Amino acid sequence: MIEIRNVSKTFTLHNQGSAVIEVINDVSFAVAPGECVALTGASGAGKSTLMRMIYGNYLTQAGEIRIGDVDLVQAAPREVIALRREVLGYVSQFLRVVPRVPTLDVVAEPLRAVGVTAQDAQARAEVLLTQLNIPQRPWSLSPTTFSGGEQQRVNIARGFARHYPAMLLDEPTASLDAANREVVLSLIEDAKARGAAIIGIFHDEAARTRVCDREIDVSRFTPGVAA
Amino acid sequence: MTDYNFAYLDEQTKRMIRRAILKGLAIPGYQVPFASREMPMPYGWGTGGVQVSAAVLTPEDTFKVIDQGADDTTNAVSIRTFFERTAGVETTTTTCDASVIQTRHRIPEEPLSEGQILVYQVPIPEPLRFLEPRESETRKMHSLEEYGLMHVKLYEDISRHGHIATSYAYPVKVEGRYVMDPSPIPKFDNPKLGDMAAIQLFGAGREQRIYALPPYTQVVSLDFEDHPFEASKADHPCGMCGAIDSYLDELIIDDTGGRMFVCSDTDFCEARQLAGHKGKDAA
Amino acid sequence: MTPLLSVQGISKRYGIHIGCADVSFDLYPGEVMGIVGESGSGKSTLLNCLAGHLAPDEGQVIFDTRADGPRDTLTMSEPERRMLGRTDWAFVHQHARDGLRMGVSAGGNVGERLMAVGERHYGNIRNKATDWLGRVEIDAARVDDRPTTFSGGMQQRLQIARNLVTGPRLVFMDEPTGGLDVSVQARLLDLLRGLVRDMGLSAIIVTHDLAVVRLLADRLMVMKSGHVVEAGLTDQVLDDPQHAYSQLLVSSVLQV
Repeated sequence: MIEIRNVSKTFTLHNQGSAVIEVINDVSFAVAPGECVALTGASGAGKSTLMRMIYGNYLTQAGEIRIGDVDLVQAAPREVIALRREVLGYVSQFLRVVPRVPTLDVVAEPLRAVGVTAQDAQARAEVLLTQLNIPQRPWSLSPTTFSGGEQQRVNIARGFARHYPAMLLDEPTASLDAANREVVLSLIEDAKARGAAIIGIFHDEAARTRVCDREIDVSRFTPGVAA
Repeated sequence: MTDYNFAYLDEQTKRMIRRAILKGLAIPGYQVPFASREMPMPYGWGTGGVQVSAAVLTPEDTFKVIDQGADDTTNAVSIRTFFERTAGVETTTTTCDASVIQTRHRIPEEPLSEGQILVYQVPIPEPLRFLEPRESETRKMHSLEEYGLMHVKLYEDISRHGHIATSYAYPVKVEGRYVMDPSPIPKFDNPKLGDMAAIQLFGAGREQRIYALPPYTQVVSLDFEDHPFEASKADHPCGMCGAIDSYLDELIIDDTGGRMFVCSDTDFCEARQLAGHKGKDAA
Repeated sequence: MTPLLSVQGISKRYGIHIGCADVSFDLYPGEVMGIVGESGSGKSTLLNCLAGHLAPDEGQVIFDTRADGPRDTLTMSEPERRMLGRTDWAFVHQHARDGLRMGVSAGGNVGERLMAVGERHYGNIRNKATDWLGRVEIDAARVDDRPTTFSGGMQQRLQIARNLVTGPRLVFMDEPTGGLDVSVQARLLDLLRGLVRDMGLSAIIVTHDLAVVRLLADRLMVMKSGHVVEAGLTDQVLDDPQHAYSQLLVSSVLQV
């Protein structure tokens, strides 16, 4: 489902003496449907960078990132957008929404974007928010008013609203209490069971062992800062 | 005669105005620019109409002037006298005897016939001016037939008053092409504009525009499907001659609220009274 | 898939000064593209060239018309181009008073485009106007009020309603949230996002506010001195800018 071949990435900081930083060098691996792969390595090893490259958020200079039959490295913006809408889900650590939009709509939006009716999308959103223990009272409020933990759970609900065939999870269980952590892990297990290919970053070792089939140590591909 | 050239204007000027008139007749409803002259009267007193009249008058013509339908107001009398002195033409107050009729804000009640010319005095010739102040833009709108704005004006009327409250200078569409301001005639007169046997010429002196309707031109008043055009008038018979189908002026006759309604077309009213018709207020 | 708008080699010079130079891109149905850059970078010049308000010196602006398929709008006759401007295109000005008739009621403002394309039933026009006021969150009771009595945010929303009433397919926006205070901006952005999604609109939004493009635009073009220095997916350009100027632009935003 997800296939990464000979991928490399450098940052060029034009405004800081044109420093060139090589972050990732020649990564290759693949993730099959129903498989969950963890990216590991010390902080700064480039886990998040690689994740963002797979989402198309960071530009990849060399190699191939195939998700389904689309090569993200070569794809036009609209193909990337379609891919994100239809195929590739992403749960990041931070919630980014338009202020004023009610929580329920924030969660329902990925479904609305693929043409699910407002009613059905909201019903699904309600189920997820209930599962993740967000009290019903503030559903009509914008999540920007919520606590950090609540915001993260809203973000997870949004990420799992649709059944994506491929998913990227960036620290989905960080700073969650035991009960909510359990909910998230079972969401991940459900996604795997229905055949989603998942790449995740988990600092939580127990969680990693429970849901991940393989680990890839990203530091192996990190060349360090070039002169 | 007098020391003036016939009908005051010099021959070159009259030729220039006649060319504008001919162009106007060839393109009904289109505003033709012309080099309006200074006339011995202020703008707003009919300088456009006077120049058009001067250009079409011949020594054999009989001339009539009406102001809001009346032959006897200061404005009507002055213009009539002006052409008596400068052109030496016959004048009359009888509608059917006149070959050229200059009018301010009315069309005579008596239907006009072929061979007659009706000359309108026009203050603002541009019907779109109300909403679009730029001349360059209104010209473009005319040339591209973009007349949606005209209906915005009527829409505003209905939204504010519940009906189309524009009661004079009511915009019309000529031969399915140009939207035209018929000068501030009451909308009661609008139906007479279309299919008229006489030639209708419109002169705007200050704005330097001439436009025209040749005989038997199709003229349609703009409206909405659910708010159709209605030629309205005061719902009374004429107090003097009893006519029920003529346009009426409201006169306040004392300081206790007494009023009467009389025909605005004085010639029409007098002719009816002579024929023996009598209204309730007739002495 | 045919692009809705295909821009090819657009250049506009003001004497020896460059307005914009050799700009090309394709915009597909349902896409929202942001154009960012500092004042004088040529983004407004480009927008006006695309929308037919300015005649570019070179290039083509090919629009996929409903009737005849792709046509170069620059070589179209003026009546055709103006017709496009009243039907399939919309233009939202930065200052609402440039895009509204301030002497005409809210209903008349919204109804104008309907009347311009031949609607002649007062009741229908009024119903549609009222419906659209609702969609942009203006109380229907204000339908007969003039925009002079509206707040800045309401005027901007009215301008949007007036533009979208004929169901255009392409909307040009010039700093649509400029000059509004932030709470009003947020409401407007949310509204625009909903309208874009529900109507399947394509839009080109010129702004210098990176937060606006992040929330509204799928794609982003960065302009400097009349040239496009970088283009791509909005979050990619903002999070991993490649060109020196884009990096400067992104790093210059104050974090709140």
